[in-house]
Amino acid sequence: MSLLRKIRATGRVAEPAPPPPEGEVPEKARELGGSVQVRCVDAGSCNGCEIEIAGAFNPVYDAERYGARLVASPRHADVALVTGPVTRNMAEPLRRTVAAMGEPRLVVAVGDCAIDCGEFAGGYGVEGAVSDVVPVDLQVPGCPPEPEAIVAALRRVTGR
Amino acid sequence: MSTVGYAAVAGQIVVVGAGAPLLTGWMRQVRSRLEGRAGAGVLQPWRDIRKLLGKEAITPAGTGPAFRIAPALLVATTVVATALVPLLSTDTPVSGHADLIVVVALIALGTLALALAGLDTGTAFGGMSASREMTVAALVEPTILLAVFALSIPAGTTNLPAIVTGAVEEPARLASPAGLLATAALAVAVLAETGRIPVDNPSTHLELTMIHEAMVLEYAGGDLALVELGAQLRLTLLLGLLSSLFAPWGIATSASWTTLALALVLFAAKVALLGAVLAAAEVFWAKVRLFRVPELLAGSFLLALLAVTSSYFLSGGS
Repeated sequence: MSLLRKIRATGRVAEPAPPPPEGEVPEKARELGGSVQVRCVDAGSCNGCEIEIAGAFNPVYDAERYGARLVASPRHADVALVTGPVTRNMAEPLRRTVAAMGEPRLVVAVGDCAIDCGEFAGGYGVEGAVSDVVPVDLQVPGCPPEPEAIVAALRRVTGR
Repeated sequence: MSTVGYAAVAGQIVVVGAGAPLLTGWMRQVRSRLEGRAGAGVLQPWRDIRKLLGKEAITPAGTGPAFRIAPALLVATTVVATALVPLLSTDTPVSGHADLIVVVALIALGTLALALAGLDTGTAFGGMSASREMTVAALVEPTILLAVFALSIPAGTTNLPAIVTGAVEEPARLASPAGLLATAALAVAVLAETGRIPVDNPSTHLELTMIHEAMVLEYAGGDLALVELGAQLRLTLLLGLLSSLFAPWGIATSASWTTLALALVLFAAKVALLGAVLAAAEVFWAKVRLFRVPELLAGSFLLALLAVTSSYFLSGGS
C-alpha cells in the first residue's frame, strides 16, 4: 500500500522529450525502423561511462521510449555500446562480440577513452582506441558523456 | 453454420496473432507508467519483430536440427492450441477436438522444443536454463491439468468448449469452492508457464537468474522474432484460456455473426484488463529465489488438488 501511495505521489518522472538530435543518421540505422537492441561492452573503462549509460536508461531520461532496449546477448543486439580504452585482454572479446551480432550492426564508442584512449593513452595495458579494433559508426564524446548525449546518439540510430 | 464456425477459428488465430505483440506492448506500457517512465508505446514489440525479420539469421557452429526447428515448432504448436481453445466461440468445426489434454500437451511440446534448443547450443547458460525450464514445466503442467479437471468434473467431460458452455449456462459452478481454488491454482501456473514475475523475470540481463531467456540467448534475426512471437502468443493464449474458463461471459455459444463480433470485443477487453492487472502486480512483486519456486508451484498444485477434491465431493453428492 505504501508503494501505491508512492507511485501516486511521484507521478511521472520522465523529462519531456527534447527535440530530435541534429546530425546525419548512419546508413545502416535506417533499416532498423525505430527498434534498437543495445549490448554494452566494457572494454576497459573506469565505470564512469557505465554509470552514465545506466542513467540514460533510468526513468528520468528513459531511453526506452525512443525504442532502444538493453539486451543480454550480442546475438539479439543491433548496437554495441563500447566504453573505455580497449585493453589487451578485451581486444579479442570485443572483436568476437561484434562478430556475433547479425547485420545490420553498429558500433557506438561512448566516452573520450573509447574515442582516443583519453587519460589512458600510451598505457602498457592499452591496445588502442575502439576504432583501432572494430569499425566505429558513431561517437559520443565526453568524460564521462552526459546521459543526454548518450540518449541523443541512440535516437540518431532509432530515428525517433 | 460452418462459415461462422470457420470464421471464429480464423478470428481466434488472427486476433491472438496480431494482438499478442500488442498485449506485450500494452503490459510494458502499463509498467512504464507506474515506474514514472514515458514508455515506448504499445506498437514497440511489432517494430522489434519487423526489424528482427529483416536481420541476418545466425546459426551458431555446432548446432543441429533441434536448434533450427524449435522456433517454428513453438509458434506452430501455439497456433494450433489457439485454434482449439474456445476464446471467441464454443461452436466451431474443431471444438470436438479441443480436449484439455491435447491443449496442455501442445503447450508442453513447445516448451520441450525450446528446452532442447537450449541444450543444443552447448553453452553453459543454455543447458542450465533448459534444466530449470523443465523443472518448472514438470510442476506446472500437472497443475494446469488438475485445475481444469476440477472444472471438468461438473461438466462431465474434458472437452474445453463443453466446460465453457456449461459455465456460461450455470455460472454458480464458478463461484463454488472448486471454481475459486482452481482459479487461484491456474493463475499461478499461467504466471510460471509464461515466465513472468515471481517465477522468472522477462526483462532480466543477468544470465544466472534467467529461466526462459537464457535458452534463447543464441537466436538471432528471424528465428529470434519467431521465439519472441511464440512467447507472446503463449502469454495471450493462456490469459485468454484463464478468462474463458473463469469469466466466460460473452463467448459465442451459437453460430451467429453478432455474438461472434461481441465475443471479439469482450475477449480483447478481458485480456487487456488481465494484462494490465498482471503488469501492475509485477511492479509490486519481486522475483522469488529459484529454490523457492518449487514451493510456490507445489502450493498452486495443492490448491488444484483441493479444487478437484472439493469438486468431486461437492458435486458428486448431487
